Amino acid sequence: MNSDRKPVIIIKNLSKTFGDHKVLNQFTMELYEGETLVIMGKSGSGKSVMIRCLIGLENHDGGQITIMGKNLDTMDAATLNEIRTEVGFLFQGSALYDSMSVRENLEFPLRRHFKKFGEIGDATPLVMEALDSVGLGQTIDLMPEELSGGMKRRIAMARTLILKPKIILYDEPTTGLDPITSKEIVLLMKSIQQTYKTSSIVITHDVDCARFIADRMILLIDGVNYAEGTYEELDRSQDPKIQAFFKK
Amino acid sequence: MNTFRNFITSIRSFLFETGELAFFAGRFFKEVFNRPFEWKEFARQCYHIGNKSLFLVAVTGFIIGLVFTLQSRPKMIELGAVAWLPSMVSISIIREIGPIITALICAGRIGSGIGAELGSMRVTEQIDAMEVSGTNPFKFLVVTRILATTLMIPLLVIMSDAVALFGSFLVENIKGDVSFTLYFDEVFRAIQFSDFFPATLKTFFFGFAIGLVGCYKGYYCKHGTAGVGKTANAAVVEASMLVFILDFTAVLVTDIFTS
Repeated sequence: MNSDRKPVIIIKNLSKTFGDHKVLNQFTMELYEGETLVIMGKSGSGKSVMIRCLIGLENHDGGQITIMGKNLDTMDAATLNEIRTEVGFLFQGSALYDSMSVRENLEFPLRRHFKKFGEIGDATPLVMEALDSVGLGQTIDLMPEELSGGMKRRIAMARTLILKPKIILYDEPTTGLDPITSKEIVLLMKSIQQTYKTSSIVITHDVDCARFIADRMILLIDGVNYAEGTYEELDRSQDPKIQAFFKK
Repeated sequence: MNTFRNFITSIRSFLFETGELAFFAGRFFKEVFNRPFEWKEFARQCYHIGNKSLFLVAVTGFIIGLVFTLQSRPKMIELGAVAWLPSMVSISIIREIGPIITALICAGRIGSGIGAELGSMRVTEQIDAMEVSGTNPFKFLVVTRILATTLMIPLLVIMSDAVALFGSFLVENIKGDVSFTLYFDEVFRAIQFSDFFPATLKTFFFGFAIGLVGCYKGYYCKHGTAGVGKTANAAVVEASMLVFILDFTAVLVTDIFTS
C-alpha cells in the first residue's frame, strides 16, 4: 500500500527512559505522505512521550527520528524551528494562550515566521480563513475563557492550520469531550486531511475515532509497536492483547 | 547521619539551582540581542508591572515617610536636632529604605505574579505550544519580563522615594509648621549625587533579580497546579533573598568607593 508513497516521518529504534521506567523501547514506525496513522495504547504506554520526542519537546535516549528527510538529532535550532512550521501539533488540552484573544492566538505564530510568510500587515484574512475552516469565524474577538472545550479544540486546530503544515500530530484530540463534540472533531480532522492533504499521526484511546479516521494503526504496548495494520486487520485479530482495545 | 545527609542534599540542590539560574541568566543575555525584538509585549509588561504596582508602592512609600518621621521626631527634638530631620529622613529613604522596601514589595507582587503566570502557562502546555509552532517562548515571555522589571522597578523606587519624602513633609508641616519650600530645600541640600546614584543603580539589579527569579521559577514549573502555587511562593522567597544579597553587596561596593 505504501510502496509508492514517500515517508515523511521515520522513527527507528526510539528509546526513552524516565528513572527506572523504560517508556519507549526500540519503537519504530514510518508515516507516509497523505496518510493518517492512528497510534493506540493504554495510558502510560508511551504514546504522548513518543510524539513529544518527535517534535523535540522531549529528548530521547536512543534511536533516530527523521522528519521530511532531516535528522532531528543533528538539526540546529533554526532548522528545527523551520521544520516545526511544517509540523502542526494539537495538544490534548488545546493549550490556547489564555492572555490572548482568538485573533491574537492565531496571529502569534503567523507574525513570527517571516521566512515562510513574509511581513504580514493585516492578518485578518488569513486568520478568518483558518477560523472558517474550523467553522468558528464568529469567535475571532473572543477570549479562550469564553469558549467551550470543543470550541477551544477547534481554535487550536485553526492555530495549527494557519501555518499551513504538511504534517499534523494530534494528541488525544477527543479526550474530555462529549460524544457529539468528539464526532464533530473527528469529522473536522477528516475534512482537514482531505482539504489540505496533510499527513497525520493521531494518538487516541477512542476506537470510534480510530475506525473513522485511520488509514493504518499501531498498537503501542509497553513501549513497543506490538501490532500494526488497518483497523479491520487489527479488529479481526485473535490476540487477546489486541482484542482488549476493540471489545465493545 | 540522616541530618548530615539532608544537609549535603540541600547544599547540592542549592548549588545545582544556582548553576541553573546562572545558565538561565546567560540565555537571557544571549537572546536579548537577537532580533526581532518583542516591543509590543515589552510595552505590555512595562504597563503591567509599572502601572499596576504604582498604587501599592505609592501607599507604602507614603506610610514609610509618615511613620519614619513621626517616630524619629521626638528623639530629634530631645537631642535638639529637629532641624536635621529632613536631611536624615531623605538620606535614609533614598539610600536604603526606599529601594529595599520597594524591591521587597515588588518581589512579592511582581515576582510571584510572573512565577504563577509562567508556571500556569507551563503546566497547561502553552509554552510547549509556542515552542512547537517554531516561535521562541523564551524571547517572548522571559526576555520581555526581565527587561520590564529591570526598567520599571527603578522608576517605582524613585516614585516611592518621592512619595515617602512627601509623607515626611506632611508630618513636619503639621507638627512643626515647616513650609514645603523649606523642607525640600533642606532635603536637596542634604542629598548628594553619591547618595542618589549608587542607590538608583542597585535598583536596576533588584529589578533584574526579581524578573529573573520569577521567570526562572515559572518557566521550569512542574507538578501541575499544585506546582504553580509552590512556584509563586518560591519566587517571592528567592527573589527577596537575592535582593538582600544584592543590597549588601551594593552597600559594600559603595563603601569601598566612597571611603
